[in-house]
Amino acid sequence: MAHEQFEPKIVGFLCRWCSYTGADLAGTSRMQYPASLSAIRVMCSGRVDPTFVVKALADGADGVLIAGCHPGDCHYLEGNYKAMRRYPLLMNLLDQFGIERERVRLEWISASEGEQFAEVVKDMTEELRALGPLDWDGRKAALSEAI
Amino acid sequence: MLSLTIDGKAVEVDEGATILEAAEKLGIKIPTLCHHKALTPWGGCRVCVVELEFSWGSQIQAACTYPAQEGLVVKTDSERVLRTRKVMVELLLARCPEAEAIKALAREMGIEESRFPKKNEDCILCGLCYRVCQERMGVGAINFVNRGTQKAIATPYDKHSQICIACGACQSVCPMDCVDLSKVTTHTLRPIPSEFDEGLSSRSSIYVPFAQAVPNTPVIDKDTCVRLQTGGCGACEAFCEANAIDFDQKDVVEEVDVGTIIVATGFELFNPGEVARYGYGRLDNVITALEFERLCHASGPTGGKLLKKDGTPPKAVAILHCIGSRDENYQKYCSRVCCMYSLKFAHLAKEKTGAEVYNFYIDMRAFGKGYEEFYKRVLSEGVHFIRGKAAEVTDVVESAEEEGKLIVVGEDTLLGLTRRIPVDMVILSTGIRAAKGADETTRVFSLNCTEDAFFLEKHPKLAPVDTGSDGIFLAGACQGPKDIPDTVAQGAAAAAGALSLIDSGKVVMEPITSEINEELCAGCQLCISTCPYTAIEFDEEKKISVVIEELCKGCGTCAAGCPSGAARQKNFEDVQILAEIEGVLT
Repeated sequence: MAHEQFEPKIVGFLCRWCSYTGADLAGTSRMQYPASLSAIRVMCSGRVDPTFVVKALADGADGVLIAGCHPGDCHYLEGNYKAMRRYPLLMNLLDQFGIERERVRLEWISASEGEQFAEVVKDMTEELRALGPLDWDGRKAALSEAI
Repeated sequence: MLSLTIDGKAVEVDEGATILEAAEKLGIKIPTLCHHKALTPWGGCRVCVVELEFSWGSQIQAACTYPAQEGLVVKTDSERVLRTRKVMVELLLARCPEAEAIKALAREMGIEESRFPKKNEDCILCGLCYRVCQERMGVGAINFVNRGTQKAIATPYDKHSQICIACGACQSVCPMDCVDLSKVTTHTLRPIPSEFDEGLSSRSSIYVPFAQAVPNTPVIDKDTCVRLQTGGCGACEAFCEANAIDFDQKDVVEEVDVGTIIVATGFELFNPGEVARYGYGRLDNVITALEFERLCHASGPTGGKLLKKDGTPPKAVAILHCIGSRDENYQKYCSRVCCMYSLKFAHLAKEKTGAEVYNFYIDMRAFGKGYEEFYKRVLSEGVHFIRGKAAEVTDVVESAEEEGKLIVVGEDTLLGLTRRIPVDMVILSTGIRAAKGADETTRVFSLNCTEDAFFLEKHPKLAPVDTGSDGIFLAGACQGPKDIPDTVAQGAAAAAGALSLIDSGKVVMEPITSEINEELCAGCQLCISTCPYTAIEFDEEKKISVVIEELCKGCGTCAAGCPSGAARQKNFEDVQILAEIEGVLT
């Protein structure tokens, strides 16, 4: 092939009760979706520290997905609300780094929503493909030069 | 206490009791027409006459009004009493020759014909209707008017009453069944539909929900009970010999501390009214499965006879499988129990009426013990099976032989033809769906559920009755459609699970609770404000936060929010997750 298509890498933080089970359902139902997402299981979306997201992007991820239970349905009652509160601060941080907001997504996926999980991964993969690789090191170098 | 003698037997009663009440105590039956336990005695019909023996002779008196006296001697079946009573009944029979209650009384007394000239009234002027309206309901919308031969029960000036509360009490106490409420009020009387009989029969405000109810005691429906709504009536109290009725009871919310919970909140059925083309609610004799069950049951509204709305048995019955089930537009899943109950209905309909029975099915799901054999049996009974989900039920006829019938239209896929089958009754085999409010229940117990709102088990094979929340188990149709043997087995499994937790004397905790490093903690208390379980407390002496491990559920929110990294979730520590991130990306 003359031109190799860019395959985005997504790190997904999935909560054990809803979104991880939903992703598992997508798998057992043999739903087809791009193999771009690597799942990291946490007990609750409220466990996700914004530093994890930054670390993932710095280590080579082109995008990060945080997925939890639907509001009101959190297994730990309010954990997903904490994730919801941290998200705008995270967006603010990304703006300061000059990273496109579309690269970090917060989604609510329940244990029975295997199809929705597959759709989110498909959609995010295409969006990131259009945006191109994050190239953290390249951007860091460009910034240092500018300074 | 007074003592008197009735028919040679001695009895003691309280002051103020009547001879009728004294006779009742002895178990001696005296016929009455105008007497009611909850109303003051009237003495109008004169059927309850008895003979009182005195030293100077004897006297005929009405037992229902005459007060018991010390030393009274009463005869209830002497020759004089029977002669007098006969005349009373003959007079009543002459006034109302068509009344069933009078005819029955006459038959009992051996009266064939009345010797008095006949009239054709239906009211016997017993006064029960006006007495219940005035004394019990406290309304007094009707009363006696005119005198002598013109005496009748009516409203003032024969106009519609402004005060009638349309309770129907007058109609229910009338022994002649002759109260025409349309003359009394412009309100329409609405019978209270019996929930257990699926609205096919009515019930009173005080009722036992069904014969096998546990506890098997009556309840009072406070929305329709006149006593609780207006302070009137209370007639039930007069009948209760155990004095067990307490109108002052209030709803009580009880809090019970438990260690395990089994959620068995059941199901509800699909409402076929959602599918207009089956005609449910619009066409007569299109009924749901549960309504058919009540019709067939000996304790149901028809005493177990299978009858159409007009009271005649059907000559042809259609049973439509998969209503609301296996359907992209309603419920995608198979409801599991309907094929078997549809076969049961086919068998019952055939047995009770000998009618032609047509089952419209997609697949025959006879998965259990003896189920396939039962299907074969029903086939051999001459029930017709048409493979194709019925498309519609209509009363629009296309030929003379379809006149007056319900036509079921469906494709017979085995024959490759569209068929129109004229029947008298259509039974819709509706599917099981999650109970109303199931999604709220999930929030109370932190349960997961499927997209159809059935509760999710921890694992279909390894933990089919457990849920994600420790100590909470599932049983029955709330977890998914299933029949009785499966429900009972699940119930036993859930009980065993619950018992093993209770019996063991110790709780096994997952090692994912949080811990706070004393040295790193700055005492900001951010973790305490974010913990959903108030599982972190502040140590005032050391000025640091401490996790109460027994309460911690292991969500990790504290660890994510801790500014100094003092709070860590065991097995989900920052270093571990950061290492995972590195691992997946390099």
